[in-house]
Amino acid sequence: MSDAQSLIELIPRLRRYARALAGERAAADDLVQDTLERAWTKLHLYRRGTDLRAWLFTVMHNVHVNRLRATRPSDPLEDEMPELAQRATQGDALLVRDLERALAALPVAQREVLLLVALEDLSYEETAQALDIPIGTVMSRLARAREKVRLLMQGKGGTKLQVVK
Amino acid sequence: MSDTPTVSEIEIQAWADGRLEASRRAEVEAWLAVHAEEAERATAYRSLNEALRAHYEPVLQESVPSRLVRTARRGTRVRVFAKAAVWAVLGIAVGAVGGWQLRALQAPAPVAQPEAPVIARRAALAHATYAPEVRHPVEVGADQEQHLVAWLSKRLGSPVRAPKLDGEGMALVGGRLLPGETGPVAQFMYQCARGRRVTLYVRTEAPDHRETAFRYARENNVRVFYWIDRTFGYALSSADLERDELLKLANAAYRQLNP
Repeated sequence: MSDAQSLIELIPRLRRYARALAGERAAADDLVQDTLERAWTKLHLYRRGTDLRAWLFTVMHNVHVNRLRATRPSDPLEDEMPELAQRATQGDALLVRDLERALAALPVAQREVLLLVALEDLSYEETAQALDIPIGTVMSRLARAREKVRLLMQGKGGTKLQVVK
Repeated sequence: MSDTPTVSEIEIQAWADGRLEASRRAEVEAWLAVHAEEAERATAYRSLNEALRAHYEPVLQESVPSRLVRTARRGTRVRVFAKAAVWAVLGIAVGAVGGWQLRALQAPAPVAQPEAPVIARRAALAHATYAPEVRHPVEVGADQEQHLVAWLSKRLGSPVRAPKLDGEGMALVGGRLLPGETGPVAQFMYQCARGRRVTLYVRTEAPDHRETAFRYARENNVRVFYWIDRTFGYALSSADLERDELLKLANAAYRQLNP
């Protein structure tokens, strides 16, 4: 199969990940488009025989982070950043009722790990490779991302609000 | 809880992902059975995985936008044709436009530059300010179009025109006067039947300026095509339209404003 055919076949998967990563449809498709363009210019760096999809996630990660740096310097790129501004109080948590908003509230670095593992079913090792981070970082970001989403989504339905000690 | 924790956080995560080996999974589940708080957490994580997949599954079934297929197929060749595409868009490539050029016409516009020029930033800001407005989107409505155009022309010091985009499904809502860098600026607003809005930002240019081709920029969620001609700088902005749709409108506006 030609490179072009392989890329075309992977577009739906790239779009799904981009949608979860970037939120809005048009922005997500822009991200996919830039990723495909960049993939062509970087194709010589792709190691034949390895998972092309995982490599494209790496390309998309780089494109996405570069864009965020360029257009929104205040976006929470790193999970090491103080999260006071994004951390929802219990009252806010009640307002954050849906999955998309909970995802959007995560720092990008945590969102990427969560999505690659939970949505795209990459192994922890593949996720570490795709994002070029140690596997320990994958696990800690994953844990933090999930816990934050869980807390944000607790208000959903409004039936039980447990106090987390 | 006085018993020693024998299950790590990493194992809780791996359990949620169904990635523990069978033997260890049984041990972890036995541990979770007597640790209600962790069990609830782990179960919530597992449900989150399912919720994520269910929520985004429909994206896989959507038809893929043709621009993405073109990019996947042609890759860098797009860049080779990009210049030709700009000329074609500008209508300068008169005459027979071959099939390849038509495809190039729809090629992705340049990637948004990190630092968009002033006109694009200002236009995007003005768009973001007034496009969401429900009660007062414009100062003068399209029902007084003649007055609107005369007024804005007088204030800008040059005859401005509001291009007709009805052919593209966009009706003029009206316009307003805005403060610009060096003087008054005009903004025309258009709206389609579904309520999606586009604004055209018009400013006068100093006599020594350079004319430019179409450029594309993006400020947050506002897409902007802008160009500069002899007298005016124009920027067409929208937060509602895809880049390709906006390009079509920019093309239509350009043809009318630069006959």
